[in-house]
Amino acid sequence: MLTKDAALAVIGTVPDPEVPVISVVELGIVRDVRVDDTGAVAVTITPTYSGCPAMYEIEKDIRTALEAAGATSVSVQTVLSPAWTTDWIGPDAREKLRKYGIAPPGKAEQGGLITLTRARQPVTCPWCGSRDTELKSEFGSTACKAIHVCRACRQPFDEFKAL
Amino acid sequence: MSAAAAGHEDEPGIAAGEAAAGTRAVAGARRAPMGDPIVELLLRLGDDRLILGHRLSEVTGHGPILEEDIATANMALDLIGQAASMLRLAGETEGKGRDEDALAYFRDAVQFRNCLLVEQPNGDFGQLMVRQFLFDAYSVLLLDELSRASHAGISAIAVKALKEAKYHLRHSSEWVVRLGDGTEESHARVQRALDALWRFTGELFVADEVDAAAAAKGAAVDLAGIQSRWNAMVDEVLTRATLTRPADAAMQRGGRSGRHTEHLGHLLATMQIVARSHPGATW
Repeated sequence: MLTKDAALAVIGTVPDPEVPVISVVELGIVRDVRVDDTGAVAVTITPTYSGCPAMYEIEKDIRTALEAAGATSVSVQTVLSPAWTTDWIGPDAREKLRKYGIAPPGKAEQGGLITLTRARQPVTCPWCGSRDTELKSEFGSTACKAIHVCRACRQPFDEFKAL
Repeated sequence: MSAAAAGHEDEPGIAAGEAAAGTRAVAGARRAPMGDPIVELLLRLGDDRLILGHRLSEVTGHGPILEEDIATANMALDLIGQAASMLRLAGETEGKGRDEDALAYFRDAVQFRNCLLVEQPNGDFGQLMVRQFLFDAYSVLLLDELSRASHAGISAIAVKALKEAKYHLRHSSEWVVRLGDGTEESHARVQRALDALWRFTGELFVADEVDAAAAAKGAAVDLAGIQSRWNAMVDEVLTRATLTRPADAAMQRGGRSGRHTEHLGHLLATMQIVARSHPGATW
C-alpha cells in the first residue's frame, strides 16, 4: 500500500503537459494528498488559469501514475481557493525553467488594482542573461506565458508570467 | 452582400426595431419573480464572460498579427474558463441538476443575463479592443469587490478571475492608447467605436433588486463606487489615447433582464448548434 510520502513522490514524477521540464508538484498545483486505510488516494489540485486546458490531462496523468504505483483507487478533486500563484514555484524549479529557455516568474502582485501606467521591470533573458529585453506580448503559447525578445542576443523567449 | 447590408453589419448599435421592442418591454413591465439572487448574480457574471469569450474566439485565426491572434485566443480561454466556474456554481446553487454546459448551451437569448456591451459584434480590431477595454475596466473593479465577498464560492472565483482580468485590462488599455494616439485612420476608427459602444456602458452600473438581495446573501457590490472608479480609469486611458469621451446620453439597457440586441441570437445560434444537434455527445 502506498504511504502518503510515496504517493507524493509518484505525483512528483508527473510532468506538466505544457512545460514538461517541471513536475505538477513543482508547479505548485498539487495542494493536498491523502491516503486512507484501504490505500485509496485522494489528490487535491488547483488550476493555474481558470481556462487552463491542461487540467483534464493533468488529472488523468496523476491518476495513471498512482494506479501504476499500486493505489487501489484514486480521486482527484479541483479547488479554486487559495488561488494558485507563481510564488509557489520553488527555486529549483525556477532554475529548471531558466535552463529550458523560459524566464522564471517575478514576484506576484499582491492584491490591489493595477496601475495602468506602471513601468515594467525588464525580464532577464534566459539565454544570455541580458536585461536589455523587450516585451512583445503579454500572451504567449500557453496561458501562463508572455513573449519577449532579447535585444542583446536577438533571441525570442517565453516568460512564465507572475500571477 | 449589398453595400446597404454590409453597412448594417458594421453598425454596432441596435436596430430601430430592437429599440422599440426594448421600450415595449419596459412599458409592459411584467417581470418573472426573481429566483435565488446568488444564482442570478452568477448568471450575470458567467454570461458576461461566456459571451465575450465567444466573441473573442470568433477572431481566432483572423488576428491582425500573430501575437494578437494568440492574445485574443488567450483572453477568450480565460473568460470561458471563468464562465465555466461561475455557471457551474450557479447550477449547483440552483440545485436543479443543470451544469455549466446545460446553462451555456440550452438556454435561449431571453434567459441570458449578460450585459449588451459584450454581445456587440467585433467590427474591426479597434472596435474589438474598445469593447474589451470598457469591459475589462468594469470587470477588474467588480471582481476586486467580489474577491472580498463573504460568500466563499464567489470570492474564490473572483480572486482567481481578478488575476487574469488585470492582464486583460493592461493589454486592452495599451491597445486603446496605441490606436487612439496612433495614425489618423486608427484614431478615427477607435473614436467611432467608442462613440458607438458608449451607450452600452450605462447598464453596467445600474443596481437592481438582484444586487440588493445578493448583498444580503454575502455578495455585496457597490456599483456606484465602481462607476466612479471606472470613470476615473477610463478617463485616464482616453486622455492618454487622445480620444474624446462621449456624452452620457441615451444609455441602452436590458441585458440583465434578458432583453438583448439582435446580435445575441445570432451568436447563440453558432455557439449552441453542435450541443443542440448532438445532445449528450462526447468526444
